[in-house]
Amino acid sequence: MKTLIPLIVMVSALALSIPTVAETPQEKGFRIAAKSDRMDRGFGSSIAQLEMTLKNAAGQTTTRTLEIKTQEKPNEDVGDKSVTLFFTPPDVEGTALLSHAKILDSDDQWLYLPELARVKRISSSNKSGPFVGSEFAFEDLTAAELGKYSYEWLEETTLDGMAVDKIKQTPRYKRSGYTYLIAYIDQDISQLRKIEFYNRGATHFKTLTQSEFKNYGGTIYRPMMQEMNNHLTGKSTTLRAKSYKFGIDLDDNEFKPSALSQL
Amino acid sequence: MNSNLQHLASYKTAILAAIVLLPFGRVVLAGAPTFTPNIGVELRYFPDSPAFDGQLEHVQPSVAFGVEGRWVSDDRKKRVRFEPFLRVDAQDSERTHFDLRELTYSQRLSDFDLLVGSAQVFWGVAESRNVVDIINQFDGVENNDETDKLGQPLVRLGKFTDVGRFEAYYLPYFRERTFPGKDGRQRGPLVVDTDAAEFERGGEEFAGDFALRYQHQIDKFDIGAHIFYGTNRSPFFKLNGDGSRLIPVYQELTQGGVDLQWTSDAWLLKFEGIAAHSGGETYISSVAGFEYTFFDVKESGIDVGILAEGLYDNRDETQTALTLFENDVFLGTRITWNDVQESELLAGAVVDWESGATFGSIEFETRIGENMKFEVEAQILSSPDSEPLAQQERDSNITVRLTRYF
Repeated sequence: MKTLIPLIVMVSALALSIPTVAETPQEKGFRIAAKSDRMDRGFGSSIAQLEMTLKNAAGQTTTRTLEIKTQEKPNEDVGDKSVTLFFTPPDVEGTALLSHAKILDSDDQWLYLPELARVKRISSSNKSGPFVGSEFAFEDLTAAELGKYSYEWLEETTLDGMAVDKIKQTPRYKRSGYTYLIAYIDQDISQLRKIEFYNRGATHFKTLTQSEFKNYGGTIYRPMMQEMNNHLTGKSTTLRAKSYKFGIDLDDNEFKPSALSQL
Repeated sequence: MNSNLQHLASYKTAILAAIVLLPFGRVVLAGAPTFTPNIGVELRYFPDSPAFDGQLEHVQPSVAFGVEGRWVSDDRKKRVRFEPFLRVDAQDSERTHFDLRELTYSQRLSDFDLLVGSAQVFWGVAESRNVVDIINQFDGVENNDETDKLGQPLVRLGKFTDVGRFEAYYLPYFRERTFPGKDGRQRGPLVVDTDAAEFERGGEEFAGDFALRYQHQIDKFDIGAHIFYGTNRSPFFKLNGDGSRLIPVYQELTQGGVDLQWTSDAWLLKFEGIAAHSGGETYISSVAGFEYTFFDVKESGIDVGILAEGLYDNRDETQTALTLFENDVFLGTRITWNDVQESELLAGAVVDWESGATFGSIEFETRIGENMKFEVEAQILSSPDSEPLAQQERDSNITVRLTRYF
């Protein structure tokens, strides 16, 4: 028995050191993305008040105010649940979208139309379509679940003076409008700083920049500013967070379709 | 004139309700309530001259006033919604009407949730017609396509359980359907005398209705079921003493129904059906169909949906004279631009495949700037003389509506 102990220690030491040496770019990409994703575990629930500004190529702007309530997934096999409620423009005031995110399947989505007081289950296979006329596609907004992509680490580089890892993410779910994404994750607090989107023709056509990160306790961070630029159309959409609230006791029943009529 | 008095009475009720709520509001309203008033100008144009005496000639202008008011408590458990509606019509005095579309207070208790007030409740999944949607009365004078509904006074107790949501309704007051007056189009040769309405159930409007509702979601299925006992929302009509007017008769109704939707990728499959007993007759009525959407057509961002539904009702058409939908087929398309203005077009037609009678409509809406909504709605009616719809064949029309929100 005694003689075995050094061997076990040796083997364990090897086991600990070998993966970092022999880690494939895929494993490294996944590890960094997973670290970034898991930083966020345990946020529980949040309510975000957001202002979305849509700008066309001529510089004209339109503003929407919305609130997103999110209930964290119980584990990584399922997605978060969220309710997006619109306050302005006034003709869509009270319109709400309930989403139960899935990993590889289509999300379950229900839309509440206040004019008819109607809750409607809608098809969510329109991943690539624009979200309420913005430069964000539906797939950009459904919670960025770890399992939705395969990963490949490309290189270490700098972005605005930060050391970042550059990772290629390829969607694993059906009907994505992207062939792949290039994500930039900083090495300091492991947050997504920038994503470049490549369309079906593999042209880099959109860029998302996330900035002004704020800490909400522990390892939980949120960007106060998200900006999506479309390089083909010259249009852009910014999402500015007016406030984030965490730790609210959100009832699971608030994320059921029949609760939408009582928002 | 009586009906004007009635409008005045309902208007007074609204003011009274507002006064009653106001002090209550001051005490309880911790979060700031929001009010979004709107004014809509509407112009309805009938290309054909009228078929019956007294009807307006071609142009029907009107103005609508509304408010979207809401308040949510800081703990998000108490809510108030306030949506009054007033239309002033230049031609048809019956269409000048006030309604409390919504004035409700809701509260989540530990296990239950409670809703009290004048409310809008929608049940159903279909597009052309919702046979299970029984709680609210149609505002028939506002629009004849069964989309506008009158606020229904109710008390609702709801409970979420692991096997679905259960709701119990008590509806203390019955709302009569509204109909165009003598000056209005989209009616038959005789005007409906709403002041002479008759009720089969004792207690008349105050007889009280009851309903139970069940809803659940299992994977790709959305399931609903209900039972209802009370007064039928659809009246039958009899002639008055001198045969000059129609008297609506509201009968007792007992009904049960189910609504189902199956959603998978771009497919929605829908079914609604009821079995009912009313006026000494037992009947079934159902609608079943599908919606398929081509998303992001040619990467344009535009979605194009195709809708098809079959409508079935085993009642004799003579008994349901003012129901446009019997054994018919609905075909339609929905185009969603997904643009900043959220432009949308819905075009469809209900066709009776035996007689060829057709009720077609095209609706387009878009936003102008940040605070204005523009809508165009065209209705095309065509029917052989044998069909009830033939009475309204000259009432094809186009409506333009511009609403400004403040």
